[in-house]
Amino acid sequence: MTEIWHSLTKAIELLVSLDPEVIEIAGRSLRISGTACLLASLICLPLGSLIHSHRFPGKRALINIIQTLFSVPTVLVGLLVFVLFSRAGPLGVFGIILTPTAMVIGQVVLITPLLLGLTISALSGVSKEIVDTATSLGASRFQTVWLVLREARYAVLAGVILGFGRAISEVGCAMLVGGNIKGATRVMTTAISLDTSKGELELAIALGIILLFLALIINIVLNRLQQR
Amino acid sequence: MKKNWLKIAVGVLVVAVVAMVLVMVLGRSPQMQKEVLKVATTTSLYDTGLWDYLEGIFEDRYDADLQITAQGTGAALALGKTGDADVVAVHDPAQEAAFIDGNYSIEAQNFSAERVTWAYNYFIIVGPQADPAGISGGNLTPEQAFQTIRQEGKAEPETVKFVSRGDNSGTHGKEKAIWKAAGYNYTADIEGEGTTEGWYFETGQGMGATLLVANQKLAYTLTDKGTFLAYQGDLDLVPLLDTGGTLLNVYSVIICKNGVHLDMANNLVNFLRAPDIQALIAGFGVPQYGQPLFYPWNPVICGLP
Repeated sequence: MTEIWHSLTKAIELLVSLDPEVIEIAGRSLRISGTACLLASLICLPLGSLIHSHRFPGKRALINIIQTLFSVPTVLVGLLVFVLFSRAGPLGVFGIILTPTAMVIGQVVLITPLLLGLTISALSGVSKEIVDTATSLGASRFQTVWLVLREARYAVLAGVILGFGRAISEVGCAMLVGGNIKGATRVMTTAISLDTSKGELELAIALGIILLFLALIINIVLNRLQQR
Repeated sequence: MKKNWLKIAVGVLVVAVVAMVLVMVLGRSPQMQKEVLKVATTTSLYDTGLWDYLEGIFEDRYDADLQITAQGTGAALALGKTGDADVVAVHDPAQEAAFIDGNYSIEAQNFSAERVTWAYNYFIIVGPQADPAGISGGNLTPEQAFQTIRQEGKAEPETVKFVSRGDNSGTHGKEKAIWKAAGYNYTADIEGEGTTEGWYFETGQGMGATLLVANQKLAYTLTDKGTFLAYQGDLDLVPLLDTGGTLLNVYSVIICKNGVHLDMANNLVNFLRAPDIQALIAGFGVPQYGQPLFYPWNPVICGLP
């Protein structure tokens, strides 16, 4: 027990003193997952609007598949990206395995279904009357889509934030395609994993506290949005 | 309807491609002006802190960015095969030979050999202080100790347990070799039967994590000496057997033919065998643990070159 207390106080020391290693790793996590979240949003918001605003055979099935992929295991995504981008793989020419780029791609693949699904359900929550009114007032298709997206913006943003949360907290994919290289691909979750297995709990706990703190911020923002 | 489908498909494709290209272009970290050398190494080397210690010295000397990923020997060699790593630093002679025979390596310039050894230490069998199987003190060979653990484990799986890396690492390779030398078929008698009988456990994790598991289970395990010393403070396990020729543990470095920065890889080979670095390796850990974690290269013990 004293051991744990000792680690905990050390961890808080690391946080308060803004230990450069802690800051560097946390910053890298934020950069990689932030980029992944941004790219996934760029893909999912337009695509979600398209799927929502069109009727086509198999739409229900497609949405079911997307929702199933919400819980795709992170290591499975890691494996997929590894097989595709390893130098021996079909996209090996880019040589991005063991770089932050591979981690960004992995996280984009990981959270795209989540963002897509939540965007579609957010848009479904917009009253049909708004669409009808806009159309009858002569809005173009694009203008209508934009209007619906604007109406649903808080729910859509909530989806984006959840996607970010899933990206920054995953470890399986980051470990497989990033390789946990110090100074290059070591992020909060992989560092926690390494330090715990090394028996050095201070840094692991400090990073864990940051991750929890981020989760708290995400939760507060989500609550605020839902109250609007 | 058909048209809409087409539009959707094209839209998705365009967005996805644009996004991927953006990642490829922007993701290439611009601050990495220095030449990057990717090293895949074993957890037993990394977990001791040796690489952290040597990394900065190498980077200053060759103005390079040394990027080290720690995996089991099997995984490290796999990264070397595909060329995702430029050089591997590992410790499993059997797997290394297969790697070289498979034509995945090239000769190191100054050594005229593919496999260059650069340090060694010994594996040790560690276990609970009480030593329920009674392997210490009787001058047993490692093979006899393993036979004893198996017999006692079969009889009393509650008290006599063995925890294995189970991850195709160099240490796992050594463990398999000892079981084989002790007269067992590893897959059937140990991995198969031992697991069903409940005295043999595979963690599938690194050396440090496996030691921590063995510690929790009060079990025996095979470990390299370096990692054990580095972890000793957190463990109740004690070394029970550390003699016997089969326990020798040699670290080598091999340049990967499919890698990218092969000149820099040559620099790393030269670096690890340079006299000043060899002296640093010999002294590494002595202030902290009172004894060295690794011994410098020795032609008689490690073999040439």
